Amino acid sequence: MATVKVFSTPTCPYCTRVKSYLDEKNIPFENIDVAGNPNGLQYMITVSGQMGVPVVMIDDYVIVGFDKDKIDAKLGI
Amino acid sequence: MVDLIIVGAGPAGITAGVYAARKKIDFLMVSEDIGGQTALSSDVENYTGYQFITGTELVSKFEEHLKQFNVELKANEAVKRIVKANDSAGGVWFIVETAKEHYEAKSVIIASGRRPRWLSVKGEEGFRNKGVSYCATCDGPVFAEKIVAVIGGGNAALDAALQMMKIASKVYLININPKLSGDPVMRDKVESSNKVEVLNNAVTKEILGAKFVTGIKLEQGGVEKEIGLQGIFVEIGSVPNSGIIDLVKKNNGGEIIVDNLNRTSEPGIFAAGDVTDVPEKQIIVAAGEGAKAVLGAFRYLAGLG
Repeated sequence: MATVKVFSTPTCPYCTRVKSYLDEKNIPFENIDVAGNPNGLQYMITVSGQMGVPVVMIDDYVIVGFDKDKIDAKLGI
Repeated sequence: MVDLIIVGAGPAGITAGVYAARKKIDFLMVSEDIGGQTALSSDVENYTGYQFITGTELVSKFEEHLKQFNVELKANEAVKRIVKANDSAGGVWFIVETAKEHYEAKSVIIASGRRPRWLSVKGEEGFRNKGVSYCATCDGPVFAEKIVAVIGGGNAALDAALQMMKIASKVYLININPKLSGDPVMRDKVESSNKVEVLNNAVTKEILGAKFVTGIKLEQGGVEKEIGLQGIFVEIGSVPNSGIIDLVKKNNGGEIIVDNLNRTSEPGIFAAGDVTDVPEKQIIVAAGEGAKAVLGAFRYLAGLG
């Protein structure tokens, strides 16, 4: 099974939506709250080349924003 | 071909979807996102039935309601263009084009909402999500202990400045006008904060940086200056997403002109919500307009005008 990470902030609406979507599909994921977590934030910026949240990482594949089509394709759901 | 296509899935589009499903209209919905601007609203305290709800939660409620019906929703598909077609027998229909597909319908409801107004200065587009943001609620925490600027002088800008003064090390509020406008209570809070520096009569000229934003170039009183910073929040209002259609009349602000039955100047094309010239931009108003638009389209499809 793919390792799924979600880089998010507590206040970002699309972060909440992406997390509920993964919950709904029963996909376990690690939530990395980048607010007040400079290392996590720096890692997100390095892998995604940008500063917007959410970022979804499926194994090594990086998806910026809540892009249902890309998430579905990558997870085969 | 379907009878109706609803473009957009914010409060107006989703309410239209619920009404169209209940009227058993043969329809589909096409939208870039779900929830529109409501998804980005922090707290909603004026949607009847909810004394307090966040924008995200309200959108989930809308979506849940829509999912009660078997609605064909093409999400993640931005509409590029809506054009009219006709055949030799005098039949008229509309083609809704996205990057992936084109869809045909006898009638269309445009509920495409509004998007943030851009500054339209050098560097803005290239540094989007690389220091330039249009949503302090979303991206604010990324700029913890950083220096940021909020551009604008109205309520949205004041709200962004109030959010950022709790997070950033310093906030420049860059206002093109001689004075801040917006709510006096918010203005007082911003002006009395020692973290916020208000620059009035300041025109943004350029956003500077390499891979990410490193500064901003301004002109204030005929003098150009540069400020080093990491984040820029643009809060200078919004524009209607009406560029997808040329068939209908619009006002000077680009809003689609509708009558009280949500009819546009083109028979068969209806519009609802913040993309229209209806003056009040409110979630509940948009939802009501979405309902009205479907009832109008239903009448049109029945040949009743």
